[in-house]
Amino acid sequence: MTVTTVKPDSAVQAADAVRWALSEGTPLDVAGSGSKRGLGRPIQTAYTLDLSGLSGVVAYEAEELVLTARAGTPMAEILPMLAERRQQLAFEPQDLGPLFGRPEGQGTLGGVISCGLAGPRRISAGSARDHTLGIEGVNGRGDLYKGGGKVVKNVTGYDVPKLMAGSFGTLTVLTELTVKVLPAPEDVRTLLLAGREDAAAVAALTAALQSPYDVSGAAHLPAAVAARSHVRAVAAAGRAVTLVRVEGFGPSVTARVAALKEELGADAVLDQDESRAVWKEVRDVAYFCPSPASAGEGRGGGDASRHVWKISVQPSEGPRVAESIRWALDAELYFDWGGGLIWAAVAPTPDSATAIRGALGTAGHATLVRAPEDVRTTTEVFHPLPDPVMALSRRVKESFDPCGILNPGRMYAGV
Amino acid sequence: MRMPAPDDGVIARRREIIAALRAIVPGEGVIADESELRAYECDGLTAYRQLPMVVVLPSTTEQVSQVLRTCKAMGVKVVPRGAGTSLSGGALPLADGVLLGMGKFNRILDIDVANRCVVTQPGVTNLGISTAVAHEGFYYAPDPSSQIACTIGGNIAENSGGVHCLKYGLTTNNVLGLEMVLMDGTILRLGGKHLDAGGYDLMGVVTGSEGLLGVVTEVTVRILKKPATARAVLIGFPTSEQGGDCVAAIIAAGIIPGGMEMMDRPAIHAAEDFVHAGYPLDVEALLIVELDGPAAEVDHLIDEVAEIARSKGCCYSRVSTSEEERLSFWAGRKAAFPAVGRISPDYYCMDGTIPRKALPLVLHRMQEMSDRYALRVANVFHAGDGNLHPLILYDANKPGELERAEAFGNDILRLCVEVGGVLTGEHGVGVEKRDLMTDQFDEVDLDQQQRIKCAFDPDGLLNPGKVFPKLHRCAELGRVHIHKGELRFPDIPRF
Repeated sequence: MTVTTVKPDSAVQAADAVRWALSEGTPLDVAGSGSKRGLGRPIQTAYTLDLSGLSGVVAYEAEELVLTARAGTPMAEILPMLAERRQQLAFEPQDLGPLFGRPEGQGTLGGVISCGLAGPRRISAGSARDHTLGIEGVNGRGDLYKGGGKVVKNVTGYDVPKLMAGSFGTLTVLTELTVKVLPAPEDVRTLLLAGREDAAAVAALTAALQSPYDVSGAAHLPAAVAARSHVRAVAAAGRAVTLVRVEGFGPSVTARVAALKEELGADAVLDQDESRAVWKEVRDVAYFCPSPASAGEGRGGGDASRHVWKISVQPSEGPRVAESIRWALDAELYFDWGGGLIWAAVAPTPDSATAIRGALGTAGHATLVRAPEDVRTTTEVFHPLPDPVMALSRRVKESFDPCGILNPGRMYAGV
Repeated sequence: MRMPAPDDGVIARRREIIAALRAIVPGEGVIADESELRAYECDGLTAYRQLPMVVVLPSTTEQVSQVLRTCKAMGVKVVPRGAGTSLSGGALPLADGVLLGMGKFNRILDIDVANRCVVTQPGVTNLGISTAVAHEGFYYAPDPSSQIACTIGGNIAENSGGVHCLKYGLTTNNVLGLEMVLMDGTILRLGGKHLDAGGYDLMGVVTGSEGLLGVVTEVTVRILKKPATARAVLIGFPTSEQGGDCVAAIIAAGIIPGGMEMMDRPAIHAAEDFVHAGYPLDVEALLIVELDGPAAEVDHLIDEVAEIARSKGCCYSRVSTSEEERLSFWAGRKAAFPAVGRISPDYYCMDGTIPRKALPLVLHRMQEMSDRYALRVANVFHAGDGNLHPLILYDANKPGELERAEAFGNDILRLCVEVGGVLTGEHGVGVEKRDLMTDQFDEVDLDQQQRIKCAFDPDGLLNPGKVFPKLHRCAELGRVHIHKGELRFPDIPRF
């Protein structure tokens, strides 16, 4: 099928395009840079609405802690601008490009928010939704509307921006976003514990998160995953590695690291550069990115043919769920979010979704993040919702997009 | 402010409705006696009062579900209520409506320290959650000033904040899971002890929906370890501009204090007269900056803050050296509302948020309005996040003063929107700011919000008359106007 790409360069043009699509009854594939096109259920449309033309930071006021940018603004433009003022997006947006075999640094702000992607700091700073303050966009009726506000504290009307985060473009064509920005930490260190089994590791992470030391990252890399790290101290451990991140002002980091080292019995402390490098790996699922080294091996998490799952679980259940998955499948996995997030690279089998979701029960939800298109067509990519929640989700979709014009089926069939 | 006209047909069926409710909630769970109904006639916004048709106090989720299903079947409106501390009239009853009180849902169900969360019924107070986990060294972070009385269910409805929310977030940032009942009786569970609910962030839109989307019957919140230390600095400035500059400079230095409050001269004087906190009386703006966290961090930052304050021309600065002194700094601020209550028969508390840089302009214009309306105003300000609480002083016994105070308040909120802010930072729209919504939102924005309402409550029976100035029928809002073939392919680059 030939796909025509429509590339508006203003919000008004985006609205025109949606109105036209509505009148023709033809659905649109709503995309930013397309760097995460592989995430979600495949959709087939004759038209792509490419929002990369809606680019540019509209307002950035560091002291007000807000940034407003057009939806297609590259993250590669926003992140350095924030860094210059020693600020950041505290939810630590993931860059999943490389996981899908694409270059890094290709994503847009609209894409990051629409996919609701947050990194290790999710446990302390919240997710993309917690930092999305305001939106402007075009709903499926072709109306250009706004929701939320441009200040950090606002409860006026429904929190429409939250609904946008993680909605994969199925509710509204976002044209502009206002996000909360926060100071970037002056310093960072990471405590490293070597050789812990999953359960012992999660127990250590729990102790760290129960401490008053403001831990902002808590991950556990079983031996096979740790071995694939490019951070020497991690790979060279030769065993499983448990990581606890401490960020903030210099004197504070020093004091907290000292206290935690004692309490947890840490084996080593990673310096600033090593810390930044290893948490970027954890954030971007680097261990399961296709790498030339593992090409053709047919085994190991770096094999591009492996399906990658993101499993959110109550932290205390993490080790049990991991054990069940390993028992049922050929899977390599690691933990983030203090045991509450499991990234799993699974050798393709038809029953992996059932095994993973069965292991999870009601303790969380699982998303198939990377798999070939045919697999994503036949497998529920997003966790199946209980009937009443699914029914409500359909009605919410209809409330924005009554004719199913925007990314129909990207999340759930018929939504 | 007018509420939707009561439906005489419904009122005529009052006996039948009461009987139906009694069949669901036996005994004292249904209140129909006028003298007992009186207790529910208003919430924290006492200027508006209305007796409900009947009050029902269910004690199980199943009862809530049956009450809502029954009311929907009978076409009866329902107003949910927690502790009734809303400052925007969110729980104002309707003459033809059932008031659904959630007070019997008062048990904490599960304290799960390993997963750092608490599962609770919605009628538990905000402070009750912190108290329940205090022995483990944990607390629940959002701390609205009504925390001793307000319930967590009400906090969800209003997305409540507090003085610590710049650093620790509003209610919405601290909720992990909800059980709720829709108007048709459907029971839903969203989220849980894990992070991120699957699918759309329905929990996000329910939080802060002011009781218009559903009735929350169970809540899972995250709890945090209590910071090891907290210290505060009291800083006085000769002008409010300098106070505002100091706040901006603190944030620009990368410091997010646990609390950062500002008071203007009238508020300082009222508070000092009341609680003798030791506030300086010769300053135009007083800042309380509280830093919490590990001792090493707090000690480091307190010096930084004091240095920034000096560089911004402060004329008074005092660092707390004991817990007692820190609490005395807060005593005045926390007593600011009652303190203003002492110097005026009545006061009206506003709640707009502004971009902080607009503070001097807003204070200046507010003073002009104060002169024009001949009503005094005192300001307390969550300075870190730009959330203003102007307190308008008036006397309800003087004819016309309440109306003048309301008009003054509306002007302040319009000003907040004009400078790029919003109508409400934490108190909610309710009935109070309902008719100002069109100042912040265009019709197309409000229509989209009301369509969300339709997805949850298509008959518009849950808490009608709040938030939205104009009620549309869902059928009318849902209509799609398609101009088949009339639109040309838009003139947009394509390839």
